[in-house]
Amino acid sequence: MIERTPLLNLATHVILVFGLVIILVPIWLAFVAATLTLQEVNSAPVEFWPGDQLWINLQQAWAQSDFGPKFVNTLIVATGVVVGKITLACITAFALVFFNFRGRMLIFWMIFITLMLPLEVRIVPTYAVAANALTPFQTIMDWTGISWLINAVSGVEVALEWNLLNSYTGLILPLVATATGTFLYRQFFLTIPDELVEAARMDGAGPLRFLWDVLIPLSKTNIAALATIMFVYAWNQYLWPLLVVTDRAAYGMVVVQLSDLVPDQLTTGGGTPTWHLAMAATLVVMLPPIAIVILMQRWFVRGLINTDK
Amino acid sequence: MAEISIRNVAKTYGKTKIMDGINLEIRNGEFVVILGPSGCGKSTLLRLIAGLEEITGGEIAIAGEVVNQLEPRERGCAMVFQNYALYPHMTVAENIGYALKVAGVPKAERLARVAATAKSVGLADFLDRKPGQLSGGQRQRVAMARAIIREPKVFLFDEPLSNLDAKLRVQMRHEIRRIHNQIKATSVFVTHDQHEGMTLADRLVIMNKGTIEQIGTPEEIYEHPATLYVAGFVGSPAMNILPGTVAGDGRSVLMADGQAVAIPAGFKAEAGQLVQIGLRPERLTLMPAGQGGLQATFLFFEELGSARVYHLQIEDIPMCVVLDEKLTLIEGQRMGIGFAQTALHVFDGASGRSLTRPSAARKVEEMA
Repeated sequence: MIERTPLLNLATHVILVFGLVIILVPIWLAFVAATLTLQEVNSAPVEFWPGDQLWINLQQAWAQSDFGPKFVNTLIVATGVVVGKITLACITAFALVFFNFRGRMLIFWMIFITLMLPLEVRIVPTYAVAANALTPFQTIMDWTGISWLINAVSGVEVALEWNLLNSYTGLILPLVATATGTFLYRQFFLTIPDELVEAARMDGAGPLRFLWDVLIPLSKTNIAALATIMFVYAWNQYLWPLLVVTDRAAYGMVVVQLSDLVPDQLTTGGGTPTWHLAMAATLVVMLPPIAIVILMQRWFVRGLINTDK
Repeated sequence: MAEISIRNVAKTYGKTKIMDGINLEIRNGEFVVILGPSGCGKSTLLRLIAGLEEITGGEIAIAGEVVNQLEPRERGCAMVFQNYALYPHMTVAENIGYALKVAGVPKAERLARVAATAKSVGLADFLDRKPGQLSGGQRQRVAMARAIIREPKVFLFDEPLSNLDAKLRVQMRHEIRRIHNQIKATSVFVTHDQHEGMTLADRLVIMNKGTIEQIGTPEEIYEHPATLYVAGFVGSPAMNILPGTVAGDGRSVLMADGQAVAIPAGFKAEAGQLVQIGLRPERLTLMPAGQGGLQATFLFFEELGSARVYHLQIEDIPMCVVLDEKLTLIEGQRMGIGFAQTALHVFDGASGRSLTRPSAARKVEEMA
């Protein structure tokens, strides 16, 4: 129901403006803090108007956190996660919707249930697997006696090892599986009329051809939406990179670097907290997700307008 | 160019039997219309021919080759769907040419053929549009063009006109007939609309509850319905049906209200057999009370412009009479209904099979 009266209009605008202020004030404070000197940022009443130190602070924060290579790292990982998630979600949903096989619903529900299991819950086993991605196979071979057999026949001790710690693969792979994306794609694929599938079959297109020529072009909007959400998600990852990367110089991610700038008991050791640097770094780290959202939003709004219905 | 043989075909979904023992021979270049109410299995039969559904029993052969195990694309069939099933993100040209693209036809040849096909269905000016920018009739043309361009052996139509408005439907009907006369591909057309069936078909197949009731030319079906079901389904308004019992002499049928209708000689009916008499409304005339073969009470009429449908009643059994003449009648007035002996159909009360069907018509069907 859409109701339009001057009073209601006013009320809704007041609520919207109020919400906007709540969201913007912290960002404004961060920006202000990033423009002040060390003394100003630590002086008693909180400063509300920007100073002139922004450029200097930015440079110092950038250098101190080694942001150049870290941005490249994070971009690689975030892009990898986005591409991996979309690909995996798309083909999983494709199999679930368009192929009729035994246990289809069971598999769907199993995937769906993992929606309730975020990375944090399974972080210990995931770490174990990342430390040696072949552990499960090793276990199976040990249990079934295959490794004993190989050892007895050839004298070679079977010890499979594939270490994913300190690598892009290790950073990306555990984040790729996505129940949300699979679910999103499944719901979209379910809206594709059967006749369209049959028309493609009559036209001689096989399943992969149909996926590539029909489903993917039709799900552009979905891809844009999913890519936006997942890019921001991957960019903001903190816990997993913190665990899996010990070689921070080579594989550090920006959010982990940023956390080092945030002053706490441990890092300042009683010195003056350098909030102005932390806030300057925050501004920088925030930029790529904001850019992606603005860019993609225009894109999927266009997608929504162009729907051929 | 191909004939289609459907031999003893059965289809079940799980434990539900959709159809059983369907036999149908479709000649090369013939336009066959499968007519029946929704849920009678006509679309399923079409999809079995197309290969979109698997056959549970029996076999289907196209051009002499059994196609039971073949994929749709290997059967040489093209299909036009009820909801057009156009690819929404492709332009008209891409839609029409998609089958050729999949088949790997070189781009230059593909574009030339798309242009030629589009021209033949009157779409030459719309090649760059998306389906969303087209009207219903234009979308239907795109669907037709998409089928034509593959030069299929067999054309399958799954109620292609049911989403169009009445005027456009007639227009597209003519278009389909014109295209058929031009390319002479064997065509199977499924519909629940008897006008479409009667006007388009070389031969009609009437289906009901997963079985074929009758196969014949539209004229045969109309003039000599083999069963009570066909008699009631084809024709508008529907055939009048009057229940009765064959009299002791076997020459007339006694109705519940005591009226007797004389029936022509030469059909096997025993005294006391329950029968249904069928009379087409168009073959009846109205006469003053006391004359004609039946007496009825006038209720009301419907104006069609070119004619009128007069509604009458014999006891509580409704009767329709279609006449060009505009009579002035009063509700409750008694009228006589006149008809020729040849207009009379008699069906067995239990099986619904026709008892009066002339042997000539039966012979035609055997030849077919």
